[in-house]
Amino acid sequence: MSKDYPNDLRYTNDHEWVRINGKIATVGITAYAVEQLGDITLIDLPKEGEKFARGAQLATVESVKAVSDIYAPVSGSVVKVNVPVGDSPEMLNEDCYDEGWIVELEMSNPSEVDQLMTSAQYEKELSDNAH
Amino acid sequence: MSHGPSEPSDHSSAGKPAPKRTPLYDRHVALGARIIDFGGWAMPVQYASILEEHKAVRTGVGLFDVCHMGEVEFVGLGAVDAVEKLVTNDVRKLVDGQARYTAVCYEDGGIVDDCIVYRERHDRIVIVINASNIEKDIAWFRKHTDGRTDCVLRDLSAETGLIAVQGPHAAALLDRLAHEAGFSALKSFHFKAGEMLGVTVWAARTGYTGEDGFELFCPASEAARIWDALLSAGGDFGVKPCGLGARDTLRLEACLSLYGNDIDQTTTPYEAGLGWVVKLDHDFIGRPALEQKKAAGLSRKLVAFVMEGRGTARHGYPIFAEPEGGAPIGIVTSGSLGPTVGKNIGLGYVPIARAEVGQTLYVDCRGKRIAALLAKSPFYRRSAV
Repeated sequence: MSKDYPNDLRYTNDHEWVRINGKIATVGITAYAVEQLGDITLIDLPKEGEKFARGAQLATVESVKAVSDIYAPVSGSVVKVNVPVGDSPEMLNEDCYDEGWIVELEMSNPSEVDQLMTSAQYEKELSDNAH
Repeated sequence: MSHGPSEPSDHSSAGKPAPKRTPLYDRHVALGARIIDFGGWAMPVQYASILEEHKAVRTGVGLFDVCHMGEVEFVGLGAVDAVEKLVTNDVRKLVDGQARYTAVCYEDGGIVDDCIVYRERHDRIVIVINASNIEKDIAWFRKHTDGRTDCVLRDLSAETGLIAVQGPHAAALLDRLAHEAGFSALKSFHFKAGEMLGVTVWAARTGYTGEDGFELFCPASEAARIWDALLSAGGDFGVKPCGLGARDTLRLEACLSLYGNDIDQTTTPYEAGLGWVVKLDHDFIGRPALEQKKAAGLSRKLVAFVMEGRGTARHGYPIFAEPEGGAPIGIVTSGSLGPTVGKNIGLGYVPIARAEVGQTLYVDCRGKRIAALLAKSPFYRRSAV
């Protein structure tokens, strides 16, 4: 698996990525997270309209070997969920950045984006933790 | 994202001694495996995909590094007698070249380990034990053979390599590398010595996948060469190296117990559905307690279940009788997606009154109770050839 961390995304310590477009933050999990999980078999998505504070549990993803929570990288309400990913969670193994996005949040506090890592910071974090 | 309790501990986790490596460690790294610490061993959990590795074993052939498992030999005229006292199954009936699955019990009937006993000759028996139990088992075996002058015990674990070759094409693959040895003619739970790649190996028709297959015993120093040869000779059979992840999903579909999950010192063979390996008509450690327990009847039992709702049961999740309220009545010991059965499956202990196939119970999957239907064990049985 390629360990790409696209430059146009922001990242969290918990291995979520965020794509910002105005007030909308699209959220997914990183290639590192996908690799750690292995074959993903199930994802529990939130409902449209649900509100989440930053750091609250947003979704749950299960693989053959593990179960993990996905946390809201920023505060906001869910405006869209990726229904096809809910039906075919293995899409995350194939493409976690485009087809494999998880939810779109309308941000209630867009300044929280400043606290997220850039791809360079995230990659440094990963390599620091590997040793 | 944060990992739940079932995520195996990471290889790099601090505060513990560096995990031991098998003779195949470099091969796993070169094959791109993800390595985890499994009971003190640096082992591959998967190479590319647990699901693909699982499928290779069900439809083709898969290789597993099981060099981490322990081997203990009992040599001397008292070998059969010494082993008989240690294990619940009756090894007196074994013939040369025959193997038997058994439990080893404490005096109170709790399980020390589950293992396979291989009788080579009347004066040499080898027992294969779980990697995480090697020290405990050997201490137990020594304690209970101490003072014998007719049997010597030796730990062969470090010098022995063990590779499991599992799947419908396993026999054909072995024939390709050792056609003279006639391994493919072995019956289930039988073994023999033969030459492969210029080395004398033992091939045993045993495994831990619910599939046909073999376990190859070789000198540890030859394990990597044999591993390479099996991988390169089996291309057209779809041979794949398989990690502990697939080993777990395969054994769970076949309802084979995992020590430390489904069985341990607090469970008896009867509760675990292993009554068939307890033969009360011979003398062994734990027999009086097991006789008593058998007479008194079971209070709980290991059951197999299929999840009906969305959720995966995992080791340690509580089981409830009702969809809400009430206290837990049992606990999940193993759970996963069963890739071949195509459902989320699991094993767990529940009171005997709740253990009937067809009943619905509820597994608390991280705060959500998901219905689980008690099912017949095993979930998967290979079709007769």
